[in-house]
Amino acid sequence: MAHLEFEKPLVELEQRIRDLKSVSDEMGDLDAGIADQIRELEARADRIQRELYEELSVWHKVQLSRHPDRPYFLDYLDAVFEDFVELHGDRAYADDAALVAGFARFDGRTVAVIGHQKGRSTKEKVKRNFGMAHPEGYRKACRVMELAERFGRPVLTFIDTPGAYPGLGAEERGQSEAIGHSLLVMSRLGVPIIATVIGEGGSGGALALGVANRVLMLQYSTYSVITPEGCASILWRDGARGPDAAEQLKLLAGHAKNNGIVDELVSEPTGGAHRDPADAAERLAEALRRHLAELDAMTPEQRIEQRYAKFRAMGPFVDAAG
Amino acid sequence: MAWFTKTKVSEPSQKKTLGEGVFRRCDTCGATLKAEEFEANLEVCPGCGHHYRLSAEAWIELLLDPGSWVEHDAGLQATDPLGFVDSKPYRQRLEASRKKTGHQDALLAGDGTLNGRPIQLGVFLFRFMGGSMGSVVGEKITRLFERGLEKNQPVVLLSASGGARMQEGALSLMQMAKTVAALGRLRDAGLPFISVLLHPTTGGVAASYALLGDVNIAEPRALIGFAGPRVIEQTIRQKLPEGFQRAEFLLEHGMVDRIAHRHEMRATIARLLSHFLD
Repeated sequence: MAHLEFEKPLVELEQRIRDLKSVSDEMGDLDAGIADQIRELEARADRIQRELYEELSVWHKVQLSRHPDRPYFLDYLDAVFEDFVELHGDRAYADDAALVAGFARFDGRTVAVIGHQKGRSTKEKVKRNFGMAHPEGYRKACRVMELAERFGRPVLTFIDTPGAYPGLGAEERGQSEAIGHSLLVMSRLGVPIIATVIGEGGSGGALALGVANRVLMLQYSTYSVITPEGCASILWRDGARGPDAAEQLKLLAGHAKNNGIVDELVSEPTGGAHRDPADAAERLAEALRRHLAELDAMTPEQRIEQRYAKFRAMGPFVDAAG
Repeated sequence: MAWFTKTKVSEPSQKKTLGEGVFRRCDTCGATLKAEEFEANLEVCPGCGHHYRLSAEAWIELLLDPGSWVEHDAGLQATDPLGFVDSKPYRQRLEASRKKTGHQDALLAGDGTLNGRPIQLGVFLFRFMGGSMGSVVGEKITRLFERGLEKNQPVVLLSASGGARMQEGALSLMQMAKTVAALGRLRDAGLPFISVLLHPTTGGVAASYALLGDVNIAEPRALIGFAGPRVIEQTIRQKLPEGFQRAEFLLEHGMVDRIAHRHEMRATIARLLSHFLD
């Protein structure tokens, strides 16, 4: 288990509890002193956990959204969906492993599932390009969304990316056009679309999977116009001031809800999804099920109209001309 | 309506004054010429053809029939939804840009005619916070597409923007979805959208409607891309090749339809609209 600096007291306490338990197991569990000690430590762990997560700073929450043990798209896919058939490639250039797409069953019915995928091991991280998709990734997503439309299957997307990849090949092959095109395709689908930000909702690369009838965010996920580090590097020419930029960007799930860009926050187990992935997946499934049922009741025209009106209303301004 | 001719401004950094300020030196070829020669040549260096920035007002004058421009939504003003403060508060930045440009935000939008044909025209003001797209710019572009749809007119939009406006956070990001959705409706109605890519067009503006023109026309040497060159260099840790992300590079890689010299821009747009609509 990897852990963040602020999680350390809790993780250490839990380790001590585990150690004591194994000692008590070896001794045949009859030592009342050890049992008392374990109970006391468990109570303390509980208290620390609650206190710790009640007063997390913005930056702590940003770190949680990027936690190395946080469940990724494929973890939720395993936990919530069945019979997943992955579809590869954009039929034009390549297959992009940073963005996974295909069809699967959710409560027995077929849905298209599309999401960014990060890697956990070094090898896997490189293969997945840290969840930063190239144009061919977004073009694959569009291809699968259009397939879903043809066969009348809802589209569920899962957003978890620092951003679309900024590199030579990405520019040569039209990263801008690929993202713009994805926004266009999503805005016109008649089937239900639900997007969930499960980790990092980084900029245009995130929004490219985010034009949905319902936008959900997990409690410790973020949605931002730019990474805090990128913002700091532009504003202060110092990427190390990410924590300062994070304060300004209002990128937490709660901010997104207040600003009207997401419909629902899906709460996570205490301490974050990584502390109980099965529970996190169950909470996500419940929210998806509920929203999907609402969208099922609408006609394709109503869904297109609702999606348009929803994004049409985003962004405050005043009219000085009256 | 030529109210804007007096406010024609070129970028100070590109303007080198000698003595009384009647001469300008081209930073690209080094030629020193009378300032009027640059202006008469639409801010294109008469020596080497380098395109300097033309003000939004001058673009409107260049593209539209005289007196046909009617501006819309000029009163839309940004709020400060995040209370954003970096080295300066966002509200102060807005105020400074309003003072500098005489406009409320980074886009002018309106009706006009081009060779007698009614069109909807939008032009970015790069001098207003780097032409960044926040809620006001997003709203004005959305209304531009919607007016095109309502009035059954083509839309011509000249972009020059660093991308989404950081100071409005994710609300700026959402303008990408909002503008593209409106463009989709224009498309469905069979109305053309001519996207003109000026220097520079990057970030959230490039990655939304700007490269989705029915025709994408770029100015020579305009920088057009998703990520800024500095970000890419930091990511890949090497110098970028000469000409990377310039209009010619995009033409070569199939991302823009044409590059048009500023003198040819009006005629190019007019010919395309005629091909689509006459």
